[in-house]
Amino acid sequence: MVDTVERSTRVAAPGTPVPRRRRRPRRELLPYLLLAPAILFELLIHIVPMGVGVFISLLHLTQFNLHDWRHAPFAGTGNYRVALNFDQAAGKALLHSFWVTFAYTALVLAISWLFGMAGAVFTQHTFRGRGLVRTAFLIPYALPMFAAVITWNFMLQRDTGAVNHILVDDLHLMHSRPFWLIGPNSFVSLVLVAVWRNWPFAFLIITAGLQSIRADLYEAAAIDGAGVIGQIRYVTLPMLRPVNRVLILVLFLWTFNDFTTPYTLFGKSAPHAADLISIHIYQSSFVTWNFGVGSAMSVLLLGFLLLVTGIYLSAFRARSDDYA
Amino acid sequence: MREPTWFRWTRRIGLAVLLAFTLLPVYVMLTTSLKPLRDVQSSFRWWPSRPTVRPFFDMWHTIPLARYFVNSLIVSCLASVASVLVALVAAYAVSRYRFRGRQVFSIVVLSTQMFPGILFLLPLYVIFVDIGNSTGITLYGSRVGLIITYLTFTLPFAIWMLIGYLDSIPRELDEAAKVDGNGPMGAFIRVVIPAAVPGVVAVLIYAFMTAWGEVLFASVLTDDSTRTLAVGLQGYATQNNVYWNQVMAASLIVSIPVAVGFLVLQRYLVAGMTAGSIK
Repeated sequence: MVDTVERSTRVAAPGTPVPRRRRRPRRELLPYLLLAPAILFELLIHIVPMGVGVFISLLHLTQFNLHDWRHAPFAGTGNYRVALNFDQAAGKALLHSFWVTFAYTALVLAISWLFGMAGAVFTQHTFRGRGLVRTAFLIPYALPMFAAVITWNFMLQRDTGAVNHILVDDLHLMHSRPFWLIGPNSFVSLVLVAVWRNWPFAFLIITAGLQSIRADLYEAAAIDGAGVIGQIRYVTLPMLRPVNRVLILVLFLWTFNDFTTPYTLFGKSAPHAADLISIHIYQSSFVTWNFGVGSAMSVLLLGFLLLVTGIYLSAFRARSDDYA
Repeated sequence: MREPTWFRWTRRIGLAVLLAFTLLPVYVMLTTSLKPLRDVQSSFRWWPSRPTVRPFFDMWHTIPLARYFVNSLIVSCLASVASVLVALVAAYAVSRYRFRGRQVFSIVVLSTQMFPGILFLLPLYVIFVDIGNSTGITLYGSRVGLIITYLTFTLPFAIWMLIGYLDSIPRELDEAAKVDGNGPMGAFIRVVIPAAVPGVVAVLIYAFMTAWGEVLFASVLTDDSTRTLAVGLQGYATQNNVYWNQVMAASLIVSIPVAVGFLVLQRYLVAGMTAGSIK
């Protein structure tokens, strides 16, 4: 009814403001109704568990009192002190795991970005087969991660794998077959697999970013005497800055939280050299059953990620103000 | 500008190296799935000694692959459809209405995307067990629990992408539909959703792929009867004396549906993903 009235008013005099007072309450309820399912699921799966996680980090919780976790003895900051006491085994292991994760993230991020940049610049101008090359580059990203990592697991087997076959039998770079999935080499394997998996994402985003750079910028640079390197340095890289900013943050968060790669490659307990933080926490929660300390470590991890993200974003906000 | 010779060769060599690196595992997966067992139990060979499709038949008996497959299929399909529905209405509200809490909602939802999954894992486990004990609704170890978990994981990105998509649909379309006598929901269903189909499909594929490949939560929240492919196949591949030809055949089979979907629809996905970063 109201709709009909409003419609006729509008048709009659398009410029006149329609009296809305009667409609407003109903109107304002609707967006909340539309959001209700999303809010419900976010609460159940994200927000409440996060609160519970922080709560558990303050408890002495093991497999013996897990069934009655709400009445577990209160530990205060005890779990945090265990996790951060770097003189003792648990703290030492966490610190080691943090550095492994840090090195892993830095390497994967740098190499993936470099590969993505190279792939994008090399396919920027048309050539025969470019579409095929681009599609091939996206395959690692399109495969389910676990299937791809299982394939790498096979390739990295010492006696039956392709990697040792290439290195030892085909290229004769090594005399004996190294182990890739245990010992110090497991870190190399982890980085290799993660780069394989992540660089296509960098490629995808940078390629899309390149398409928004106007051709006349390159022409102007060429007239000013810039060669290929000069054009990349003075046109491509500065123009990609906003894209890179987001890309690097996203890659950082993914890599730092990565669980699927180490878990699928090594199973429940990762080798010491490849003990990434997520698998480390997983292990202290679900293999050694110390849930309180595991939760404390998760909270510390979240705090660290929030801190880094905050600094990163505010640093760029400050810098982009200069341009504006 | 003409391409200098040195750059042309750098480009060709660079592309060749990247292609080899990218395609090597795909090649290994393909050829190994056609190898007889003895080929994968000795030193690696580039080509099957005698190509065979036996692994594609044997793999169903070595591990309960069919059960994993059905579980993954049910969980991924339902989670992705539900995620799109929930995200679509939420995105419509954010895109078309100005209301109190709009900003807060967007920020909170987006920021949950960056939280480490490991933080939610144990709490979710105890919450699911508690809900089971107090209400009798089985979430732990059941497909329902996994479905609502995955649907929520994909919500932030799905909502964000659909807001971008709906924003690009001119408001005049809604207005025209309302002039034709539709209420706000009528306009949404008859006009906005049909115009948003590419975005909806992209989000559907994204959500399906996420659920299909998720490992962390599936490893804890499922039991033997509800185990998904990602965990089941991994569990088998890290045992001793693995039949790698069958594992590669299985990996190939589980990859094809998602890979084809992704490569066909990558355009939409890219458009959605980059919209936010370029703006």
